Amino acid sequence: MRCQICKENEATIHLTEITDGLRNEMHLCELCAEEEGITIKSQVSINELLSSLLAAKPTDEELLGDSERKLSCPRCGFTLEQFHKKGLLGCPYDYEVFDKILSVLIEKAHDGQTVHRGKVPSKTPTQMKSQIELLDLRRQLDAAVKSEDYEKAAKLRDKINQIEN
Amino acid sequence: MKLTDISGDINEWFSGSGPLADVVISSRIRLARNLAGHKFLSRCSASERSAILKELRDVLMPLELGDKIFYISVDKAPVLDRSFLVERYLISRHHAEGRGPRGVVIAQREFFTAMINEEDHLRIQVLKAGLQLSQCAEQMNHIDDAIEQKVDYAFSPRYGYLTACPTNLGTGIRVSVMLHLPALKMTDQIEKFFNAARDMNLAVRGLFGEGTEAAGDFYQISNQATLGVSEADIISQFENAIIPDIAEYEKAARTLLLSKQLDVLDDKISRAMALLGNAHLISSQEALFLLSHLRMGINMHEYMGASTPAIKRLCTQSQQDDDTDKTGGVSIATINRLFMLTLPAHLQLNYGKPLDPTHRDILRAKIIRSELASG
Ligand SMILES: [Zn+2]
Ligand SMILES: [Zn+2]
Repeated sequence: MRCQICKENEATIHLTEITDGLRNEMHLCELCAEEEGITIKSQVSINELLSSLLAAKPTDEELLGDSERKLSCPRCGFTLEQFHKKGLLGCPYDYEVFDKILSVLIEKAHDGQTVHRGKVPSKTPTQMKSQIELLDLRRQLDAAVKSEDYEKAAKLRDKINQIEN
Repeated sequence: MKLTDISGDINEWFSGSGPLADVVISSRIRLARNLAGHKFLSRCSASERSAILKELRDVLMPLELGDKIFYISVDKAPVLDRSFLVERYLISRHHAEGRGPRGVVIAQREFFTAMINEEDHLRIQVLKAGLQLSQCAEQMNHIDDAIEQKVDYAFSPRYGYLTACPTNLGTGIRVSVMLHLPALKMTDQIEKFFNAARDMNLAVRGLFGEGTEAAGDFYQISNQATLGVSEADIISQFENAIIPDIAEYEKAARTLLLSKQLDVLDDKISRAMALLGNAHLISSQEALFLLSHLRMGINMHEYMGASTPAIKRLCTQSQQDDDTDKTGGVSIATINRLFMLTLPAHLQLNYGKPLDPTHRDILRAKIIRSELASG
């Protein structure tokens, strides 16, 4: 199969993406893929990521300062060092306590995604449900702006304003 | 209910039926859930684990699943029983080898299991034969809703369902499809499948084998990312793109074998028939490896109308030239039974007591010889 951009080289990179039910396929050669900013990620394990972050040099203090290293969860007593050993958290609240470092890990582990999409427990209070809807709309807005679909972006912004007020 | 009630036969999802059954063995959907107001398991004392176990067991046992439900206390079960549950995909190896109070709830027809106190408080799964992810998802969703009526799940607006390991959070869903890819292996193209999976950030592992090596050419492909992509989008991607594409690759490889590498194909099938039909000692790995070739031969006959000399012998004649006028040959049902029933724990559980490896190999060879001889 030929690359669909240069129509010259053999396509060696095949991407299939399904967003909101629409299937989008791309077949590119390595050069064009690089031009398009598509890099083939190799899967990095959460433990490798964590090790590299914990081994961060003093200059990286912004990411993981002394205060983060010494932090422990007030509910379960969990520390980052324990996470480093097992790769497992101590309690649901740890996601808030250690958000600064976990958010970096989570983004890397989930293909750059940072916000939940999908099922929500039916018991969820109405207020939390609209909070979830807002998070999803903002994510869609970001995507619309990125793909320069300004018409869609404007509609999304209206919807967000409506809910916020 | 005893394990020997189910160990004598294969389960529904291994029956070789369902959409794309010549390549897709089964579909599975698993959800990871945790109870709000409890610590994750690594920080729980034994008594906290027991409390979680009791709470979830009391919620799960009365579920209306249209089937009998039974419970097995995994921490108290003998090693052989645990190995059997792992071979059967009813629990994970992690659960079998874990520590502390833990259990599994199983529907007798084995389409549903719920592991309690594995890595998360609750891991529920639904399994079906062939490519049936949407059907798995629908049933899974109903069961999850029914459980959620009785308990509060740990959930955050931003991160969705919260799990002990950050790699599972969000939907907490793991979509897995079990595939049989002997022709890709035989034509040296299995790397293509691995590379495609890696590029799409999907995890691949061999099944039934020890370590990463796939015994019997069975592979499982699963999603890895669980945050920021909905259950429906993941399932649609598997069902409409990934799995049909892989099935096409495998079928193209089978066509290639039939058109250009007939001698290679017939050699593999004939050797498999000869060895399985005559061996008196056979290891589990060797049996899986050889049965895989027979399974492919029969499926090529049934789905592609293939009729090479070796396939004809496999599918239309009995192995033994006795005077019974059997015309059926070896059926796919027989092969599937042999795959599962000759696994080490199955063998020993059905025999009634533990056997050392040599005696297992003798018993395995005997079962295979007699089943193949009778079709
Ligand atoms: Zn190109
Ligand atoms: Zn905690």
